[in-house]
Amino acid sequence: MSIDLASGAGSETAVREWLEKAARNAEGFVIPVGALIAGLAVFGLFLLFLGKSPFDFYALVYKAGFGTAFSWENTLSRTAPLLLAALCVALPARLGLVVIGGEGAIVLGGVAAGAFAMVASELPGPAGMVGMALFAACAGGIWIGLVGALRHLRGVNETISSLLMAYIAIAIMNHLVEGPFRDPASLNKPSTEPLFESWRIGSMPGFDVHWGLAVGVVACIVSWILIERTSWGFAARIAGGNVRAAQVQGLPVGRLIIGFTALGGAFAGIAGMIEVAAVHGSANGSLAAGYGYTGILIAFLARHNPLAIIPVAILLAGFEASSGLVQRRMDLPDATVLVLQGFVFVAILLSDALYGRFKLFQPELWRRA
Amino acid sequence: MSETDIGLWGVPLAILGGAIRVSTPFLLVSVGECLTERSGRINLGLEGTLVFGAMSGYAIAYQTGSPWLGVIAAAIAGAAFGFAHGWMCKLPRVNDIAIGISLMILGMGLAFFFGKPYIQPVAPDLPSISFGWWADLPQVQAALRINVLFLLAIVVAILMARMFRTTRIGLMVRVVGDSTDAARALGFHPDRVRLFSTAVGGALAGVGGAYLSLYYPGSWNEGISSGQGLMAVALVIFARWNPVSCIWAALLFGGAGALGPALQSIGVTQGYYLFYAAPYVLTLGVLIATSSTSRAMAGAPGALSITK
Repeated sequence: MSIDLASGAGSETAVREWLEKAARNAEGFVIPVGALIAGLAVFGLFLLFLGKSPFDFYALVYKAGFGTAFSWENTLSRTAPLLLAALCVALPARLGLVVIGGEGAIVLGGVAAGAFAMVASELPGPAGMVGMALFAACAGGIWIGLVGALRHLRGVNETISSLLMAYIAIAIMNHLVEGPFRDPASLNKPSTEPLFESWRIGSMPGFDVHWGLAVGVVACIVSWILIERTSWGFAARIAGGNVRAAQVQGLPVGRLIIGFTALGGAFAGIAGMIEVAAVHGSANGSLAAGYGYTGILIAFLARHNPLAIIPVAILLAGFEASSGLVQRRMDLPDATVLVLQGFVFVAILLSDALYGRFKLFQPELWRRA
Repeated sequence: MSETDIGLWGVPLAILGGAIRVSTPFLLVSVGECLTERSGRINLGLEGTLVFGAMSGYAIAYQTGSPWLGVIAAAIAGAAFGFAHGWMCKLPRVNDIAIGISLMILGMGLAFFFGKPYIQPVAPDLPSISFGWWADLPQVQAALRINVLFLLAIVVAILMARMFRTTRIGLMVRVVGDSTDAARALGFHPDRVRLFSTAVGGALAGVGGAYLSLYYPGSWNEGISSGQGLMAVALVIFARWNPVSCIWAALLFGGAGALGPALQSIGVTQGYYLFYAAPYVLTLGVLIATSSTSRAMAGAPGALSITK
C-alpha cells in the first residue's frame, strides 16, 4: 500500500486507517475498564447502603495498596502468585476451556516444592531452587493437564472437574503435610521442614519485592508471545474459535488442549513453589489462600490477554494488600474483598453483552467520515 | 444415652445414618438443578446459593426463634440468586457457566460478609422424626432419626418427576430445554421458562443451605459447605436428569461423605483427610465414567451448553 504523504488526500486516508484500527482495538479496552468501574461503583453503592462511606473505602485502598513505597512493595509481593494463577485460567481459555481449579495446582506445586526440599537437602541453593520450581511445575502441570486430557479424551466438563480436583488437591496436601511430610517440630501448624536460608527466594535489588514478581511477569510475556506470535498459539486460537474447523484443518486439537492446560497448571504450580520459597518458608495449609480463585477474576477482566493480566493483577493485589487496613479502620469483615470481587466479576461478564453495540467502535463509522 | 459397643458394625450403620443426613443438601440442590438443566441452563452458582442460604436461614432462625422461618428466608434468598442468574443469562453473549462462577464468588462473599455476627450465637434446630423407635440399640436409633427436610426433598423429587412426565408445565420445560427454536415455534418464551426454572432451582438450593446450618452440621461458619453445591451439579449428570434417580445418587454421595466421620468414630485416623476427599473422587469418577466425546449423553437436554 503506497500512501502519498505529500498530498492531502493521502494523509487523510492514513488518518482514517489509523482511526479505523483504533476504533477496532478501543472496544476491547474501553468496555472491560468501564465494566470494572461499574463493578466498583456498585460495590460503592453496597457500602453506602450499609452506612459506610465508599469514598473512605477507596481512599484507604489507595493509601494501603498504592499510596507509599512500602504499600507498593506489599502490593507487588502479592502480585506474583496472582499473575501465575491468572495464566492458569487464561491459557486454557484461549482454547475455549473454562478451567477454574488453579488453586489445586498451586497447593500441589507448593507441596512438591516442600517435598523436594526435604529429599534433596544436600543440593546447593540455586540448584535447589531450580529443582523445586521444576518439581512444582510438573505437579501443577500434570494436575491441570489431566483436566485437559479428561476433557479431550472423555468429554468431561473441565469447569466441574477442575474444581473437584482442586478440592482433592487440598485434601492430598493436608494428608501429606500432616502425615508423611510433616516436620515433627511443627506443632501448631503442620508443615514440611523449613527451607534452608540459601534455598529461599530473596528480594530483587533495590526494593523489597521478591523475585517471584519477575518470574510472574516473564511468564506473562512468554505466554503472550506463545499465543500471539507462534503457530502453536495461532492454532490454539483457531481451535478456541471453532473446534470442528480446527479439526478439519488437521490441527492437533488434543495435543493443544493438553499442552495449554498443562502449561497453565505448570505456571500455577510455580506460584505454589514461590509461595513456599519466598513467603512461608515451608509447605503448609496457608497455600490454599484463594489465589487460584482471584486468578479466575483477573483472567476474565484481562479478557484472557496475558499482557493485560499484569496491570489487572497489580490492581487486585492492591485490594488484597489493603484489606487488613480497611477492615480495621472501617470495621468491615474480611469477606469484604470477596464481595467486591463478586460485584466486579458479575459486571465484567455482563459487559460481554455490550460488544458491537456502540457505533463509536465500529470501523465503518470512521471509514465513511 | 449409653453407647452400646457393637464394634465394626458401627461403621456401616454410621454410614447409613450419615448417608441420610449428609445426602439431604445434595438431594435438594440436585433436584433444583435438575429442573434448571432440564430447561437448558446450567447454574454453577448453586455453591454460592447454598452458602448464602445457610447463612440467611441461620440468621433468620436466630432472630425469630423459628427454624421454619429460617428455611423460608433461605428459599427466598436462593430464589433471588436464581432470578439474578436467569436474568443475566438472558442477555446476548453472556455465558451461563461463567455467570455461575461469578455468582458463586458473590454469594459466598455476601454470606461471609453478613454472616460474621452469627458465627457465635446458637439458632434453634430443625425438628427430626425418629423412625428407630423399634430398635434397642442407640446407634440404630441415631441412624434412623430423619429430618423433615429429607422427606420433603423426596416428595419434591417424586412430584417433579411426575411433573415432567404428565403435566403441561413439565412438557414446556422439556421442550425449552431440548430446543430453543422448537419452543419459540410453539409459542413458549424460552427465556421466561428458564428464568423461573433457575429461580425454583435456586430456592431449593437455598433450602439445602438452611438444612446445613439448621440441622446437620447445625451451625453457621465459613467452612459450612465445601463443594456440596458443585458436586450436586455433577450428580445431576450422573442421575441422567431424572429427579427420582437424584435420590439414589444423593444417598450414594452422602454415604461417601459419611465415610470419613464413620471411620474416625471407630478410631481410624490414618489417612483421615483422604477419606474426606472420597465424595470428590467419587464425583470425578462418575463424571469420567458417564461422559463421552462421541455421542450425546442419554437423557441430556439438547440445549444444555455442558453437553455440547
